[in-house]
Amino acid sequence: MSTEAVLDAAARLRGTLPEDFGDSVVATIYEDADRIAQRSVTSEQGGYRPAFDQLLDRALTHRIWGFVVMGALFYAVFWFTITGAAWPSDLLYSLLVDNGHDWIREGFVAVGAPWWLTGLLVDGMYLGTAWVLAVMLPPMAIFFPLFTLLEDFGYLPRVAFNLDRLYARAGAHGKQSLTMMMGFGCNAAGVTATRIIDSPRERLIAIITNNFSVCNGRWPTLILMGTIFIGAAAPPGLAGLLASASVVLVAVLGIVTTLVVSWALSRTVLRGETSVYSLELPPYRAPQFWRTIYTSLIDRTYKVLKRALIMAAPAGAVIWLLGNISVGGASLAGHLVSGLEPTGWLLGLNGVILLAYLVAIPANEIVIPTILMLTLTLGPLAASGGAAGVMLDLPDAQVGSVLIDVGGWTLLTAINLMLFSMLHNPCSTTVLTIWRETRSLRWTTVATLLPLALACLVTATTAAAWRAF
Amino acid sequence: MSADLPTPSSARPLPAGPSCGSCALNNVANLKKLGVDPGDCDAVVALAGNPNTGKSTVFNALTGLRQHVGNWAGTTVSRAEGAFGYDDRAFKVVDLPGTYSLLSTSADEDVARNFLLFGDPDVTVVVVDATRLERNLNLVLQVLQITDRVVVALNLMDEARRHHIEIDLRHLTRELGVPVVPMVARRGEGVPEVLAQISKTASGNRPARPCRHQRLPPAVKRAIDELAGHLVAEFPGLINARWVALRLLEGDPGTERAVRDGSLGDLALQQAIRIAS
Repeated sequence: MSTEAVLDAAARLRGTLPEDFGDSVVATIYEDADRIAQRSVTSEQGGYRPAFDQLLDRALTHRIWGFVVMGALFYAVFWFTITGAAWPSDLLYSLLVDNGHDWIREGFVAVGAPWWLTGLLVDGMYLGTAWVLAVMLPPMAIFFPLFTLLEDFGYLPRVAFNLDRLYARAGAHGKQSLTMMMGFGCNAAGVTATRIIDSPRERLIAIITNNFSVCNGRWPTLILMGTIFIGAAAPPGLAGLLASASVVLVAVLGIVTTLVVSWALSRTVLRGETSVYSLELPPYRAPQFWRTIYTSLIDRTYKVLKRALIMAAPAGAVIWLLGNISVGGASLAGHLVSGLEPTGWLLGLNGVILLAYLVAIPANEIVIPTILMLTLTLGPLAASGGAAGVMLDLPDAQVGSVLIDVGGWTLLTAINLMLFSMLHNPCSTTVLTIWRETRSLRWTTVATLLPLALACLVTATTAAAWRAF
Repeated sequence: MSADLPTPSSARPLPAGPSCGSCALNNVANLKKLGVDPGDCDAVVALAGNPNTGKSTVFNALTGLRQHVGNWAGTTVSRAEGAFGYDDRAFKVVDLPGTYSLLSTSADEDVARNFLLFGDPDVTVVVVDATRLERNLNLVLQVLQITDRVVVALNLMDEARRHHIEIDLRHLTRELGVPVVPMVARRGEGVPEVLAQISKTASGNRPARPCRHQRLPPAVKRAIDELAGHLVAEFPGLINARWVALRLLEGDPGTERAVRDGSLGDLALQQAIRIAS
């Protein structure tokens, strides 16, 4: 008997049964559950909820106040992250990058290692890794525990509840707001989380748009740009507030982009009905503070950091090689940058930034260190910098002046870099995850190239508008 | 507290203080948290339940792992495995994504359903939210249709108390025919009792009760029997063929696809290999 014959037998037997027998089969289970529950549960006032929970829900899911609270909470989380990370970041920086790099370099020179080995291992791999550690560890160690505390408390489903109407209007699934929030940690995790969405159409929309949730690899870029270009434009007392505001603004723009792209997809290639679903609002639970801190450090911060470090070491080596292998009188990096320069100008960026994004396809974390190194090596004042292909070791204040003086950066470059960072193609891990989840070359390509095209379109438009006025 | 008799609703489970865990009289002392490495395990324990009932918290309490737990439906979307030793035996624990029903359709719920139906766990622990008993019982009853080696972990008892909900455990146990253990998993309350019941169930050391068969009209029953016969002939080693037959009779497109593309055959084959080895 073949599989088709089994299906035929099923069809034949189905014909002998009453049409609605399936419903009655399910109905008996519900009846039993109802009966058993009725007899074993006694509750006062038929379902009592503590007044505190009711009050809190009324505020947090209010049409207007819900959004105000949401904005304030996320702003507070980023403000804590940015201001709280500044001091430990500086400390790690001076320890690992300023001093540690010198010590290790001297050690290599002392034992007579060849210059290229010292360059590749110390100036390339070590410095790349140390930079990522100093820049990423402190914000991650603050951001993830704060986020996990909110999650433990039961706040995330309330956010989903608030955003539900917007997603429904965009033709997407309300649970997409949950997967979007997972994306703020890591897009690959966000893409996996879309399994909670039943409808394949809406799941694809969620997968394609997850990229617009700024992941932790991109936070450092936004935070640094916000701090040295936008925060610096404000009086010193307000710098931190304005810097956080610019970062939150870009993140909110990401949410808006998610909604707009979802809307466009559901009106064109992914047309269909919006599913109805029930979203459970879990009870508020007092987070177990220390355990949450501990598990989020182990679970999220450590995992994310480990990935970044694994990516940073080879990237550091690639950058060093690009800067030190010369063809026809200029380094490989020089050739690539001048080749990319026209496109960079069109996008309001420059060739260095585009090359950095090519190197950073495996991990967005290393975009900023790559940009700094390339700017210093190739800039007109290269002589004043360090050796070729050495990732720059400078405190934040000097980073700004290097980019402005040597790289010729303007406020436009910073703003467009922030926009490009939020919109551009997902990292290679995320692309791989999308392939694993969809098993479709077509949708993986769409999910990769659509954001890139959008990033180019938006930055080219802002650049043109900026130059016109 | 005897683990055999369900605690009457008036007697709340004794809160296990921090010192109890190390006391030799406590059977948690027999618990060896093995992390991810089961070695050669003696029994497989599946953790099932509705979303956000605390499955991952129970999983962590048993294995000593730190599987991420979150207060929202959908935290776990793929299965996580861990292990523990108890009474000189090694248990493998599989933490499954939350699901409301074995008839559901999303990808994370498929993971749970396939494991419960075709992974043939030795013990299925259904973690139940005590504050939402009625809705949670739907899944319990569906699981009871495919196996009677079930332990019901009635979790979140602290919240039930906060909501002034009282549950008659004796009655619930009698109705379901399987052990019901009250728990507050995140504080470790009820873990010793659950362990004892898992161990007993795995070793068959529990008064066997007939598996609850669904009340079905005779015509439906006959159709199921005939179709299940065809299925087993086509896919040797397929367990729960009657469940699959019922889905096919209902015309469930997912099941029809599984029959057609052979993924059902693969599941049956894995099962056959497991039994042979």
